Formats: sequence, C-alpha cells, structure tokens
Amino acid sequence: MATLKYLPGRAAVFIFALVWLVIAGMPFYFMAMTGFKGRFELFSGGSVFDFPKAASLENFQDVLTRGTFFRYLSNSVIVVAVSVALILLFSAMASYVFARIPFRLNRPLFGLIVAGLVIPLHVTLIPVYLLTKQIGLYDSLWALLGPYVAFNLPLSIFILTEFMRAIPRELEEAARIDGSGPMLTFWRVILPLSTPGLATLAIYNAVALWNEFVFAFVLITSPEYRPLPLAIWEYQGEYSMNIPAIMAVLTLSALPLVLIYIVGQERVIKGIMAGALK
Amino acid sequence: MASVASQDAVTLKTARRRAWFQWNEYTLTIILFLLPTVFFMTVFVVWPIISSFELSLYKWNGIDPVRTPIGLDNWTRLLQDQIFWRAFGNNLVVVVLSIAIQMPLGMLLAIMLERAGRRLIYRIFKTVYFFPMLMSSVAIGILFKYIYDPSFGLINQFLKGVGLEGQSWLGEPNLALVAVIAVICWQYTPFYMILFLAALNGISEELRDAALIDGANQPQYYRFIALPLVRGTLRTAVILSLIGSLKYFDLIWVMTEGGPSNASELMATYMYKKAFPSFEMGYGSTVASALFIIVMVIALASLFLTRRFETEV
Repeated sequence: MATLKYLPGRAAVFIFALVWLVIAGMPFYFMAMTGFKGRFELFSGGSVFDFPKAASLENFQDVLTRGTFFRYLSNSVIVVAVSVALILLFSAMASYVFARIPFRLNRPLFGLIVAGLVIPLHVTLIPVYLLTKQIGLYDSLWALLGPYVAFNLPLSIFILTEFMRAIPRELEEAARIDGSGPMLTFWRVILPLSTPGLATLAIYNAVALWNEFVFAFVLITSPEYRPLPLAIWEYQGEYSMNIPAIMAVLTLSALPLVLIYIVGQERVIKGIMAGALK
Repeated sequence: MASVASQDAVTLKTARRRAWFQWNEYTLTIILFLLPTVFFMTVFVVWPIISSFELSLYKWNGIDPVRTPIGLDNWTRLLQDQIFWRAFGNNLVVVVLSIAIQMPLGMLLAIMLERAGRRLIYRIFKTVYFFPMLMSSVAIGILFKYIYDPSFGLINQFLKGVGLEGQSWLGEPNLALVAVIAVICWQYTPFYMILFLAALNGISEELRDAALIDGANQPQYYRFIALPLVRGTLRTAVILSLIGSLKYFDLIWVMTEGGPSNASELMATYMYKKAFPSFEMGYGSTVASALFIIVMVIALASLFLTRRFETEV
C-alpha cells in the first residue's frame, strides 16, 4: 500500500531525472554524433538529431594526422605538468610554515594570501602582459608559468594548511627527538603524510589549468605555442563552416578528461570540487 | 578544535617572549619556504594590481615610449561611460539569475540523488550530470554557439520539429544575454548539485529517522530539518557564485564577444576590448581597476554580512 501511495511522486521524480539527463547529456551527444558526419551532411537538409548517414572516422583522422593537434596537446601537457609540480611544491612548503611554525607574521601573511582567492585575474592582465614583453618571455609557453602558479597558490595553500594542521604533532616531535630539523621533518614526515591532500590539489589544479584561456589568449600569438583551449578557439575561427570537423576537435579535446573521469570518478569529482568542499 | 587553537596560542606566546628575530634553523626554514610563494604572489598578483592603478592615470597605447599623464581623466570618463555601466548591469543580471536558477535546481537534483541512494540507475544519472564540469568554458562556448545556430542548431531544429518558430538566439540584443546565462547555468548547476549533495549526506541518519518517527513526511524533513542544517553550505554557494559571476569572461567571449551591440557585455570583456584590440592601455587599466574595486567591495561586504548573520541566528 505504502509504495502505491508514493508511486505518482516517484514517477514525477524519475521524469525530472530523465529530463535533466537529456539537458545535461544532449549537447555531448550532438557533439560526438556530428563529429562522425560528413562535411555537408548538416547543410543538405538532414536533421541534427539523425545518426550520421555514413559514420566515418574521417574528421577525427584529419584532426589527428593532418593538423597540429598533437603539438597543441603536448603544449598543454607541458605547461600544465610544470605548473602543477611547482604549485604543489611551493604550496606544500608555505603550508608547512603556516601550519607548524609560529612566528609573528604567520597569521597576517596567511590572511593576505587567502585574500588572493577573490582577486579577479583581469586586474593583472595588462601589467602581466607588459612585464612578459619586457622580460622577453612574451609568446612562449614559459610566459604562462608565472601567472598560472601565482593564481593557483592561494587556494592550494589554504587547503594544504588545513590538511597539515590535522596531522598529529606527536609524529613531528618524535622526529625532532631523533634529531631531525624542520626541513628534514617537512621532507620525511609532513610531505609523505600530505599525499592525499596533494593528490586532490593536483587534480584540481590540472583541470583548472588544462581549461585555462585568458592568459593564453593574451600572452601567446604564435600557433606553435598554443595550448589546447586557445587552439580550439582559433580552429573554430578558421573552420567555422566545417561544423563536423570542429565537433571532432571538441570531442578529442574533451576526451582525456572524460576518460580519466570514467576511471576514477569519485577522485575527479573531489578534485574539481576542492575549492568548495573541505 | 578549540584546544588546538589554544595550544597554538600558547606556543605563539612563548615564541613572542623570545627575541623578535632570532637566527636559527626555524627562521631559515620560514624564509626559504615562503620565498617562492612571496615571489610569485608579489610579481604576478600584488605588483600588477598596483601597476594597474598607476596605469589608469595615463593615456597610453602600450607601444609608444612616452605615456601621457592625464590625472583622473580616465576615471571621470569611466563614470560617464554608458557601456561600462551597461556591462556592470549585465554582470548583476548574471549574478542574480545564476543564483536564482542554479541554487534551487542544484538543490532539487541533490535531494533527488540523496533519496535515490546508491541505486544503479541514479548513479549513472549522477555520472552524466557532472559531465558539463569536465569541459573547458571555451569548448562549451563553441559547442553552444552551434547549438544556438539559427539554421543548423539543435534548439531551432527542435522548435521546428514541434511547429514553433526558431530565433537567432545570440544575434538578438534582447535574447543574447539570457541565452548565454542559460549556458552558464547548464555548466555550473552540477557544481552546486555536488556541493549540496555532500552537505545533505553529512546530516546524520539518526536525525532523519527521528524526524520520520515523529511523523514528518519527506518534504517536511527537507523543508524544516535538512535545509536549515545546510544553511552554511548555501551561504558558501551564494558567495562562490556571486564572486565567480563578477569575474566571468571565457564563455561570453567565445559565444558573443559581448555583442550584439554590447547586449551581453560584461566588465571583464569590456576591459579586454579596451586594452587589447583598441590599444587603450590606460583606459583598459581603469576598467580593470574598477572591476577589482567592485569585486573586493562585494566580497568583503558579503563576508561581513554573512558573518553578522551567523552570530544573529
């Protein structure tokens, strides 16, 4: 009886779930489906909802072999990997000081860095552009490192400091009694114990930087140094009439993260939400 | 938590009793370990902010060796610049609609997923729901440009299928902003969904059981018990959405570049346009500085207000 009473409610919930499934999933379906279509299939009166007439991998092959997709991919991998490594190292060092070493400027400095969380990066765009030109880094992958590291340090330090504060002090004291100084303790005790926090932050920063656009847009002009988001934006400008080809590019650029997500869903969600969930 | 804090305070006090500066291994660690952070934050965040304010006092195209100092002319120009105020207004529309649409929708989805528990079909739903968060704003922008396309787009073809007339969604001044905000909501609703889901899951089972035994039904449980308990998370979500919406750039730039005729212009896109394509570094810096002031004031105000709210409730 009870289940019967709740049936209309359950059905309504299920319909709502399905509707949102269509809203959330349809654009992806459209993107992948169109990628398999021929160049003129959309123009010849076919509906976008149709399956491809003759599904072909042609667009994907074109993008992967003829174009410079792998160049952009490797640009993105390099700049993201180096930035994330630097962010993790620097934020771990700073967090150790903030979490464990009391000194007069500890709280004020920490507060100042956390305030960096709300600063809109656009206010720095013009000066960073001018600075990059001055020091001769303009239009190279290295130009992105400085802003990428600086703008992701505050959140990483904020999260890691909280994480390190939760590590029992006894472990550190044991190390000190054994004659280990602060730097060695950091390296041998605190850093290994912070691995879960570091992993979450690695995912968070990697996803954020993988998708970053504004600094790449302002600091890089040459095609050979474009990271992926900038490359697909330029690609879209050049091939605006070949919609299936653009959809193939979008699908390929989203693929790495989607694959990682399918393998380690919970970890990726936790990583992306690192800024909001504690 | 309190005991840790007081313990910290004690060590802090003993440290203060010692000399203000003492050269030992700890001082060395502090300096060495903070050096990279302080360096990057100073060069790429603090100095650029100061420099932005300084540049706002000049008329300069970014190339000439000579910058013409013009005092506060850029700032008076900004106050009378109707496009800037339009962009500011659009930013406020984005803030209000983002919060008004994403929060309730995210909460509904979260409640639904929480009630479904670990049933397989809903786990698949959750997996798909999160997809939009995996794509870059640039890719989403390009994708939706084609979804909104007047002749080949998904939406107009659907409307045609059910016998309605399509629109030029991004080409009409009075539709463009709303069309873009719809995409923003599509992109970020899953973020709040996960945030709220985590908060709902954090409520203890016993509390729910107690409520249900006392005769509350499910809607009553959420209305009177769950929602008040996750108030803190709601507050965080509103602040995150507020600050995020004020900084919005990527998606709008890709979809409309602020057009048509500034209908979807935001402060960030206007700042970019002034500084880079039109080479007005001075005025661009003024817009950037104004954006900075506005975001900081709103961020501080919301933090202050919510903290007061917390003590009152």
